Amino acid sequence: MDRRRFLEITSLMLAGGTSALASAREAQAESAPIRIGLLAPLTGVVAAGGKEIVNGFTMFWDSIGNQVGGRKVEIIVEDDASNPDTALQKARRLVEQGKVDMLFGNLLANTGLAVANYVKGNGEPYFIPVIAADTLTQGGRIPNVIRAGGYTASQFSRPLADWALKQGYKKVATVSQDYTFGHEQCGGFAQTFTEGGGEILLQLWHPLNTSDFSPYLGQLSSLGVDAIFAMETGADSARLIQQYTNFGLKGQIPLLGAQNATDQSVIRTMGAECEGIVTSAQFAEGADLPATQAFVKAYSAKFGKIPSLYAFSHYVGAMWVAKAIETIGGKVDDRKLFLETVLKTDLPNSPLGKPVHFDAYGNPVYDVFIRKVVKNADGKYWNVPVDTYPQVSQFWKYDPATYMKQPAYSRDFQGIKKR
Amino acid sequence: MSTPLVSALPPVDRAAPTKRVLVWLCIVLAALLALPLLLPGYQISIATQILIFSILAMSIDILAGFVGRTPLGHGAIFGVSTYVVIYWTASLGGSLWVGMGLGILAATLLAAVFALLAIRTSGVYFLLLTLALGMIVWGVCLRSTGITGGENGLRGIGRPGFLVDHVHFYYAILLVTVPVTWIIWRFVHSPFGLTMRGIRESESRMRSLGYNVPLHLFLAFVASGFVAGIAGALYAVFNDFVSPSTVQLSQSVSALLMAITGGVGTLFGAFVGATAIILLENVVSVFTARWPSVLGLTFVLIMIFAPEGIVGRARILLAKRRRRS
Repeated sequence: MDRRRFLEITSLMLAGGTSALASAREAQAESAPIRIGLLAPLTGVVAAGGKEIVNGFTMFWDSIGNQVGGRKVEIIVEDDASNPDTALQKARRLVEQGKVDMLFGNLLANTGLAVANYVKGNGEPYFIPVIAADTLTQGGRIPNVIRAGGYTASQFSRPLADWALKQGYKKVATVSQDYTFGHEQCGGFAQTFTEGGGEILLQLWHPLNTSDFSPYLGQLSSLGVDAIFAMETGADSARLIQQYTNFGLKGQIPLLGAQNATDQSVIRTMGAECEGIVTSAQFAEGADLPATQAFVKAYSAKFGKIPSLYAFSHYVGAMWVAKAIETIGGKVDDRKLFLETVLKTDLPNSPLGKPVHFDAYGNPVYDVFIRKVVKNADGKYWNVPVDTYPQVSQFWKYDPATYMKQPAYSRDFQGIKKR
Repeated sequence: MSTPLVSALPPVDRAAPTKRVLVWLCIVLAALLALPLLLPGYQISIATQILIFSILAMSIDILAGFVGRTPLGHGAIFGVSTYVVIYWTASLGGSLWVGMGLGILAATLLAAVFALLAIRTSGVYFLLLTLALGMIVWGVCLRSTGITGGENGLRGIGRPGFLVDHVHFYYAILLVTVPVTWIIWRFVHSPFGLTMRGIRESESRMRSLGYNVPLHLFLAFVASGFVAGIAGALYAVFNDFVSPSTVQLSQSVSALLMAITGGVGTLFGAFVGATAIILLENVVSVFTARWPSVLGLTFVLIMIFAPEGIVGRARILLAKRRRRS
């Protein structure tokens, strides 16, 4: 590029920039933008998921021109570094310095719980499409924390247990990561399965980031169970599925999993070893529903991969809240009205493909898919629904008040019915 | 112990700080007092955090700077105090002040246990042993889900009413920090502190002079743990949340880095180090998601160009200038 051309381009860009700035200023004069703080782990152990949170979230706002209820939308992304203390610090900065109207995001339960405790004190609206800790929409409910697009850990493993009973499975063993999220997902399965007449023969708990599953798989193979339920996330899930095949268990004992076990973030790099695993979730990327396929196509075209749990739940969460903002004509400053409206908002047309609404505790009620991993037309593996449980709430078939009296799930309490 | 400690004390070290130092201290103190007038709400909470971590960094400096033992387990001692305070107030419904007392006590006792195991070693072995002990604490906090809430941690009940305001809370923390700093300063400049420095210079010589070296090491470690406990209890009130990340290795490492950045053995360097690191974290992360890399690079540069730390380097430069003039 010669000097003249450089000058031309630079002056053009400058002119364009100033006029863009001027028009932005005009818009601001009409009404200040709605500021949304997004907390995502862009560094640390779950950075890959954090990136997808940002992708899914911004993709939705871009799709409506970053404008809702007559106001512009401004998104401020902060890195929570996969660490609750950092998350807390960043949340403080967004609220106290950034003056955001609401917070969104976080991936790891402990980061979400830390931020939730912070907003408990100041009433800042906080939406958690991934944070699944049971307590947040049960016993430890905070009115301004709403699980838009998210789910409680034990919510989806219950229909899966029911489905397993219907398949005639009588004896099941579980293998799970040894932390609260695992205890909760596993607990939902164990409780429903045993109350329905099934039997849990063995529960194995392994530390996060287990590289060698052979000691666990060895124990599981000789038990004579009808199926194995695996609660795994991320790299642990990939390793377990891999080694399940290597040790020849695949094809012998059916493998069931909690939602995260066969999420796209895990299986997108895998081959045939993940085929046939059955899990349950509110979303199945392979569902033959127009809204779902339109979303999957658009996301894949933009980011070159099929959306994972992190991406679609933030897309849905954003969509949900945006609809509420539209209803109240952009008046998010009236927090009480805003939060009430969000809870009353139903979402009929989201990528989930089925209508959803909130229960009285700020947790969505979903049609839950029982999904199986199969190969699609492009040769990639994805989750396809094989059965649907309509209108599953976080309390399954229990009365909420009675349910919340039982202790929280832990290693020691799995709700297993004694016989 | 029969050794009369005072006997070994040269008079210069007992001398009160010079006038020049006193003037400087007054200026710094006035600046700290005036800070809330200059900074908006959020920055004040950052300043509060800096004060709390300065106390933690000073506790490390007691060991690293004055007895020459670099610990890597102080995050655990600090965090145990935080855990106890939050468990006492949130899970047992006890009073915050009692909780803070218990937290500091727990940290001191834990430091005593650490000390019994670690004082036999020095150098890299001391580093590794304290690291391992810290990891045990982390593991216990992570695994005993019933008490600590496991990975999810414990949520506090919020600050008492008069401390909710950021400015009030800042002054409250300052009100603790100043006397604590003064006590530590007295401690390391006491006859006992002098013995500590003697041990740092030559353990064998101190032993042959008749000092009970293990006892001195033990007491120094416990005192250091006590101070870390104070920082931990304050952090509980500040953060209102605790999870295994508060006791994990990275906490120990970052506190040690604060001490090193400020200058080991300078005591007040802890304030400079904590300020530098916390500010860097907060400022750099505004501009880039790669802020941990920037932080890492900064440490490397400090280690190459100012291994004595910022305050240590400044002292050397000042001394050179004074000698020249």
